Amino acid sequence: MVNIDICKQKEISGILVRFEKRRDSLLPILIEVNRIHGFITPIAMAEIAEFLEIPVAEVHGVVSFYHFLSTKKRGKYTVRLCKTISCEMAGKEKIEKILKKELGINFGETTSDGLFTLEYTNCIGMCDKSPAMLVNDNVYFNLTPEKVIKVIDELRKRD
Amino acid sequence: MNREMIDIRIDGKEFKVEKGTTILEACKMAGINIPTLCYHPDLTVAGICRICVVEIEGMKTLTPACAFQIERPVSVKTNSPKIRKARRINLDLLLSEHYGDCYTCVRNGKCELQSLARDYGIDNYRFPSVIKPKYEIDNSSYAIVRDQNKCISCKRCIRTCIDLQKVGALETFGRGHSVRISTALNKPIAEVICINCGQCINRCPTGALRANDPADFIWEAIDDPEKFVIIQTAPSPRAAIGEEFGYPPGTSVTKKLNAALRRIGFDRVFDTNFAADLTIMEEGSELIERLKKRIVEGDEIVKVPMITSCSPGWVKFAEHYYPEHLNHLSTCKSPQQMFGAIIKTYYARKVGIDPSKIVVVALMPCAAKKFECNRPEMRDSGFKDVDFGLTTREMATMIKEAGIDLKDMPEKDFDHPLGLGSGAGLIFGATGGVMEAAIRTVYEIVTGKPVPFKNLEITPIRGMEGVREASLTIENTLPEYRWLEGVTLNVAVAHGTANAKKIMDKVVKGEADYHFIEIMACPGGCLGGGGQPIPTTPEIRMARARAIYEEEKNLPVRKSHENPELQQLYKEFLKHPLSEVSHKLLHTHYTPRGKYFFVG
Ligand code: SF4
Ligand code: SF4
Ligand code: SF4
Ligand code: FES
Ligand code: FES
Repeated sequence: MVNIDICKQKEISGILVRFEKRRDSLLPILIEVNRIHGFITPIAMAEIAEFLEIPVAEVHGVVSFYHFLSTKKRGKYTVRLCKTISCEMAGKEKIEKILKKELGINFGETTSDGLFTLEYTNCIGMCDKSPAMLVNDNVYFNLTPEKVIKVIDELRKRD
Repeated sequence: MNREMIDIRIDGKEFKVEKGTTILEACKMAGINIPTLCYHPDLTVAGICRICVVEIEGMKTLTPACAFQIERPVSVKTNSPKIRKARRINLDLLLSEHYGDCYTCVRNGKCELQSLARDYGIDNYRFPSVIKPKYEIDNSSYAIVRDQNKCISCKRCIRTCIDLQKVGALETFGRGHSVRISTALNKPIAEVICINCGQCINRCPTGALRANDPADFIWEAIDDPEKFVIIQTAPSPRAAIGEEFGYPPGTSVTKKLNAALRRIGFDRVFDTNFAADLTIMEEGSELIERLKKRIVEGDEIVKVPMITSCSPGWVKFAEHYYPEHLNHLSTCKSPQQMFGAIIKTYYARKVGIDPSKIVVVALMPCAAKKFECNRPEMRDSGFKDVDFGLTTREMATMIKEAGIDLKDMPEKDFDHPLGLGSGAGLIFGATGGVMEAAIRTVYEIVTGKPVPFKNLEITPIRGMEGVREASLTIENTLPEYRWLEGVTLNVAVAHGTANAKKIMDKVVKGEADYHFIEIMACPGGCLGGGGQPIPTTPEIRMARARAIYEEEKNLPVRKSHENPELQQLYKEFLKHPLSEVSHKLLHTHYTPRGKYFFVG
């Protein structure tokens, strides 16, 4: 067991220099690290803690509060299916099945080619066009199994 | 200062309170009891448990009394059907997620949740109850045990750890119904930065946090006829253990405790104050040596200010947060550890007992002492110098388990020769005490005269202010200390590591001109230690301090260097302070550690 000596291991110093050393920089930093690296590692958390002079537990606590901040490596595309009531009633289950089948993974997992991560989200405000899902920052709504297959195919082709 | 006063009504009666007073404080002044859970007098207000709700006329919803500051005239109701119903629902909800096996719980009988459930007439589980524990108990640390099954997410521990101690080992993770209190990366507590101070335990309302109790091993040793079991008792437990037996806070029960310990079966009962005197001799001499090297020889490597090292919570804090500045710490071990090393060498030889058969138990106000006695460097006697650190709370349970009520005990003395402690050793228990004890001795070594304070009471460094400073000009020195003539000694005292940090940051920046600093990890010093009886409040700590200072006034010996049993130890064994034997047995070194967590 070794203590992380963060002077030797730096992952995000390039990002940190762009922020002010203030406690309220915490969330903007986390969002930026998450955006650039796709997830936030323990070492990155320790670097942030050192930079802002706060406990590393506080950094991790904030990370754990937000679903959109990740501590695990994600695929290039994160698919988030809405699991809240309107979507639930509008046939979320069918979408769920087809996503699992198409991607060959369960919710919470990432495809072995590193392309897709599958997750749930709470209501994203598209209740009138439910069921709905997000792929990274893009919204897809009025989903049908056919539509989902098309979206996934297109993303695959893009790569 | 003229504060604005506001007229309020509580349950129909009129009161005047200062603007900004909370409803909870106002009710307390009015003699009305409001139940609380997340509130603690030492901590910032959180307002999260909603047990303390009251009705304010004109407001639709109930208001948490602990969080509402009175800024305008209000009329408050503290007892109504609506309030009682809300409190019950809140309790029902807390209990529905709580693994309530009170029989086997360390806090049985002293649990705030349990007594609220009783007071509010909870007689059934309205919501499902937890039948099986969900979380594994974290037993990784020598000092702290975490049992999340008992946690009600009141966050008192979090606030303690960050506000009072500036460590921040604990945090809230997740949100909504899946919220839990944990450590960074959800690691076992031994693998994150925790200084073992136990302050979180003292403020936890439930059994979710407790100390790592070695009582079973101690019973085993007592019951083993081969083993010679010695207990040394620190100054603070005797000023507090009475609370566990119904005495009011601030009752010193030294001699009754001695009798109880013998009745339990300890073969010898020694006084850690003796070792505190020993610490003063070594540490005082170290201070003089450091000052001499610095002032006379201009040696820059020797670090001034020298900082005390008898609080293992503080030592670990320094190892984590000031790893480059550990040379400021005195090399002296704590009294507990010095004592262990002396018992298993000098004493064993003197009475002809095989040291491998000796078991040294240390009755301490402290959780961190458990970690300290398990440090690999604490085996200079050739054995584990101190086998077990036992807290005041755990000792009280052992006494009860033996069927003893402290109140019924006769008054008994310590055993000798290691049973005489001076008053200076006794005041180690209060913040500022080590400093006061050291100054009494150092001043007298250097000038040949007692400190110029009435009754030897160095009042500027007494009290409960977080950081206290004092200066003392040394005059009329003895010939060999001429180099100190006219030197003004600047000293500082801090308790609670948040206050320690304030001082240390100055030292690191070179902004402090102190010569000597006393730091205790726990608020109030050892008398507020993480192993002391629960609850803890500023008033309780003050009462314990009073008990210590009162007892010290009347002791026959009040300066460490005048302790005859200590003089005998030097004559027969150590020769003189900082001797070769002293260095081997009584001094140590520190381990730089990181600020974050462990991987691998
Ligand atoms: S924490 Fe309190 S209520 Fe829970 S099991 Fe322990 S004594 Fe009972
Ligand atoms: S023992 Fe002290 S440092 Fe460790 S978690 Fe508790 S309050 Fe924090
Ligand atoms: S561990 Fe104790 S103090 Fe901390 S949140 Fe849980 S119940 Fe409260
Ligand atoms: S419920 Fe799915 S978008 Fe609102
Ligand atoms: S005690 Fe007031 S909200 Fe918890």
